[in-house]
Amino acid sequence: MPVKPRVLVVDDDSALAEMLGIVLRTDGFEPAFVADGSRALAAFRETKPDIVLLDLMLPGLSGIDVCRAIRAESGTPIIMLTAKSDTVDVVLGLESGADDYVVKPFKPKELIARMRARLRHHEDLASETLVIGPPDSVVQIDVPAHQVVRDGKQVALTPLEFDLLVALARKPRQVFTREVLLEQVWGYRHAADTRLVNVHVQRLRSKVERDPERPEVVLTVRGVGYKAGPP
Amino acid sequence: MTEAPAATGQSAGVARRYRDLRHRMAERVRTLVRAGVHTWRNSLQLRVGATTVIVAGVVVIVTGIFLVDQVAGGILRAKREAAVKQATIGLQTATSVLSGVDTGVVADVADAQLTITQSLTANGTSAGLFSIAIESAAVSVGSTSAGAIPSALRRTVQRGNLAVEYAPMQATGSGGPLVRGLIVGEPVQAPTGLFELYYLFPLTAEQQTIALVQRTALISGIALVILVLAIALLVTRQVVEPVRVAAVTAGRLAAGDLSQRIKVRGSDDLARLGRSFNDMAGSLQRQIRRLEDLSRLQRRFTSDVSHELRTPLTTIRMATELLHANRGEFPAELARSVELLQAELDRFEALLGDLLEISRYDAGAARLDSETVDIRGIVATTVDAYRVLAQRNGTELRIKEPDFPVTADVDPRRVERVLRNLIGNALDHGEGRPIVVTVGCDDDAVAVAVRDHGVGLRPGEAGLVFNRFWRGDPSRSRLTGGTGLGLAISLEDARLHDGWLQAWGERGRGADFRLTLPRHAGHTLMGSPLPLGPDDAEEDGR
Repeated sequence: MPVKPRVLVVDDDSALAEMLGIVLRTDGFEPAFVADGSRALAAFRETKPDIVLLDLMLPGLSGIDVCRAIRAESGTPIIMLTAKSDTVDVVLGLESGADDYVVKPFKPKELIARMRARLRHHEDLASETLVIGPPDSVVQIDVPAHQVVRDGKQVALTPLEFDLLVALARKPRQVFTREVLLEQVWGYRHAADTRLVNVHVQRLRSKVERDPERPEVVLTVRGVGYKAGPP
Repeated sequence: MTEAPAATGQSAGVARRYRDLRHRMAERVRTLVRAGVHTWRNSLQLRVGATTVIVAGVVVIVTGIFLVDQVAGGILRAKREAAVKQATIGLQTATSVLSGVDTGVVADVADAQLTITQSLTANGTSAGLFSIAIESAAVSVGSTSAGAIPSALRRTVQRGNLAVEYAPMQATGSGGPLVRGLIVGEPVQAPTGLFELYYLFPLTAEQQTIALVQRTALISGIALVILVLAIALLVTRQVVEPVRVAAVTAGRLAAGDLSQRIKVRGSDDLARLGRSFNDMAGSLQRQIRRLEDLSRLQRRFTSDVSHELRTPLTTIRMATELLHANRGEFPAELARSVELLQAELDRFEALLGDLLEISRYDAGAARLDSETVDIRGIVATTVDAYRVLAQRNGTELRIKEPDFPVTADVDPRRVERVLRNLIGNALDHGEGRPIVVTVGCDDDAVAVAVRDHGVGLRPGEAGLVFNRFWRGDPSRSRLTGGTGLGLAISLEDARLHDGWLQAWGERGRGADFRLTLPRHAGHTLMGSPLPLGPDDAEEDGR
């Protein structure tokens, strides 16, 4: 029997938190709860969850600030629960470090699917090393070890950013549309919310590129999508 | 216009240069004319100035001509009266002198002329200087040196009448240029025959006076016109300047700077204009502020309602799903209740979502989040999402699209929502017959048309389908659970892109919904790359 994944639910609505607890337990998760934004980081350190469900509108510290604080010390997947689907709100949440978001009212099945997609571990036992980027400064990806090295320095990526980079690096010459990336990396089907891809490509670039304004590793193909820079 | 000859090569070159030159000249003239017309239309001062000059000029010219004419007429009339009087006075002297003179002896006649002249001019005359010429049947004295006597005048005098006529003559005394003169002729009956006695008055002095009057009239006329022009320009400037300031300020206001005001001095009409203008600007500013506040409040409200409603709805949704998943364990009535709860919750959610979206449009809070995408990708995603439903319904979903990328700057989420609504609609009303989604593009626009072959629309309904909560046939069941707001939102989505969403439909032939979007933001659509309505070839092939 595998260990149950731990989930930290940060939400101030007690009814929703309780109902989430019921649903999560039914689906084999072990939930912990915190209702106040200012106590969220302490609870995160204490429970060491595998994934965080974070409401954006919180008393105390806002969801955005909580997200930044968690991201500052950990790459743990964060899924935002938001009542707002306006681009400004969604992009702000994603830029503060959330991996994914679900808009209230969501269906429990949808939430669980997103969580499982984020918790899915690549059990690649065969050693696989990918190399992309400009020849004078290549990016080396050690897939089973989840390590990325550029110019002799290790680059710290969240699991999601790592998955995104690996997806692109496995087929260096292929152009990926945002829809394909959504399906491969986020596990979405039939969705055209490309904001997720755009924001995370930017975050990835800010970590692996020498100059994020002039990318060499993750290139934009105008009107189509993205591809990995040539090795 | 004449064409220059172009027979030989050389002359052809010349002709070409000539043509070029003429072309350039014509071009320059056209440019000047255009510039002139432009200035004329744009400068009130120029127009007022020109009109004033023309009107004042005409008035001054007419007055001047009348004045000069009157003065000249008066002078000449006086001269003429004096001349006739002189002739009447002189008749007696002449008759006595000429009584013993033979009409044929030149020397005697010349003596007589001298005598008459001396005796008449000795005690001064009221008619000014004159000379005398005497003509008879055989002799002519004095006329050749002073100028010829017109023959018409002579004939009148010969018939025995006193006559007056203007004729050119030499100035008194010496030779020199001919001047205008007045000749008075009278017959003098002597025993020896008929003498014609002519008084020649050179009009030198009168002409000088008239010329002086003319010059004075001309100079004062010009001065008057200039004065009037100056006054007109000054007055216009005083009126136009505040109007210009008002125009500039109004332009700034229109550009969005609501704090612009006009400086007002005094309390005349123009100051009143300025004050009214400022009042208007102030009122506008207040109105716009209030509307902005309202819009902001509305947005806040929408956002708050959204959040406050969605959180409990999420709990209800999860509880319902849990009950629904376990409904097999419930008694039949409870199980059915849970199913109904679940289905109505879906409807409620969809309706809430659409209501919030349309209220966001009404509040003007909708923002376009454009990026360059391949429309075919959005079409593929949307059509795939409906595949399962279409298969269950037995409907064939086909895509007709170019085999090259159809890129455009659009908000993909909104375009996807439009297509979802159109395809869902087609499935609802398509009666299970094939649905064709066509993608088209040209240089300026991209278009997606969703064509079904179902019940179609009644005449006049093509304009109604975009109304909120409009239903074509209330008795029809809905496959996709539409809210009645889908097409209204889609229309707003299209409009936000500066695009079109149009419908065609005919009873029994199905319906066609066409979305046309400009490829680049800010471009105005002139046409759509796809036709709206049935394609004949498509109909025949069926």
